[in-house]
Amino acid sequence: MKYARYVLDHLKKDLRLEWRSRDSINGMLFFVLLVVVVFAIAFDPASYPTMARQISGGILWVGLLFASMTALNQSWTREQRNQVLEAQRMAPSPASALFVGKALANMIFVLLVEVVLGPIFIVFFNLHVLGNAWLLALILPLGTWALVVNGTFFAALGLRARNRELLLPLILLPLSLPAVLMMVQATSGVITGDLDPIQIRTWITQLAGFDIIYTTVCVLFFETVLNAE
Amino acid sequence: MTAASLDSASKIYGTFAALRNATATFPMGTCTVILGENGAGKSTLLRIVAGLITPSRGTATVFGGAPHKQRRRVAYMSHAPMLYDELTAMENLKYFSKLHRSEGCDCAGSPEMALRAVGLDPTLTRPVGQYSQGMRQRASLARVLQTDPELLLLDEPFSNLDVKSSQHMVELLADFRTWPVAGGSARTIILTTHQASLAEPIADRTITMRQGQIVDTAVRQPA
Repeated sequence: MKYARYVLDHLKKDLRLEWRSRDSINGMLFFVLLVVVVFAIAFDPASYPTMARQISGGILWVGLLFASMTALNQSWTREQRNQVLEAQRMAPSPASALFVGKALANMIFVLLVEVVLGPIFIVFFNLHVLGNAWLLALILPLGTWALVVNGTFFAALGLRARNRELLLPLILLPLSLPAVLMMVQATSGVITGDLDPIQIRTWITQLAGFDIIYTTVCVLFFETVLNAE
Repeated sequence: MTAASLDSASKIYGTFAALRNATATFPMGTCTVILGENGAGKSTLLRIVAGLITPSRGTATVFGGAPHKQRRRVAYMSHAPMLYDELTAMENLKYFSKLHRSEGCDCAGSPEMALRAVGLDPTLTRPVGQYSQGMRQRASLARVLQTDPELLLLDEPFSNLDVKSSQHMVELLADFRTWPVAGGSARTIILTTHQASLAEPIADRTITMRQGQIVDTAVRQPA
């Protein structure tokens, strides 16, 4: 219960910081909108609706993956400014609560971007979902958590590195590949209606498993990462 | 009784020794001023006592244990403000006070008191990023005072402050030492500065450092 209060304190602080600066959300939103527009022009989805349906899941998640990386580094830069991170390290509250709070804040930012992006994506790719659309309500949060939990952790890992902007994609992209595969397969399966619900549920279950494993590992190792010299 | 001690502590970064074979004890209830020029190793020594870095060789103990295990009893103020630029001083202090909360104590009210003690208005709505350097330094001091520490570590607290503000800070630190501590122990201050005259009124002991080494330790006789 006490741990949850610490997580909530960190989460509220990160939401307030973002509300005041709007650095992360604005950056992500413009980036992902550009990706959608560029791909929509390149593939001409109105003329090839079947192909558009098949590739839209991949474009959506790759766009979100790259966009979230811009926000993930930003979230730790705030902690480094004025050496606030040292004050965090001196606090007696559990270090992992800081990580969980920040990952939840990043998740909320990416979900907000998805809410804005969703209708635009549907219009630009001329999409009509042929499968069970309600399954997207499971796939999107699970997929987003898979991106932000690893991203938040590895952005913290690169805090003391000179080339941290380069380091994050180098570590995050290969590690996120299994999750990206699961998200894209499940999302494309829902949009195209090609996969039967059991197959889609299998992808969703695996994605949930990925989330549980990586969240546990990140929470366990975060204090070591935070206090590394 | 010893609040903190270093036993042959060294800190080496690559081929550079920031701290060399430092041995010192900081008795409970005293104010120790560490003097030395830039690069003398003062901040490194303080960061080791704070538990922010570990010595490459030798040991450091705080209240008889490892420094990083004493977070609730120790507060550290660096020359950077250690506050979020986007939040007001009050929001910053409330946030950090919540991170220091313990069972049965939410430290309610202490952020306001701490801000008033350092001469800042708790109702100020400007974010810390818009404060002057001196105001930031005072807000930073309020951040550490509100946690009610038994061992207060201050790294160059007078930098960015004018003479009047520095004198006010010294008076405040002298007052802080008289605050009662739960359990009956006394408050200890370790302070680094290169402006010896400013810290003189509260110094019980001085340690002089040069090129990573402690070259002199002096106990000030009461007047």
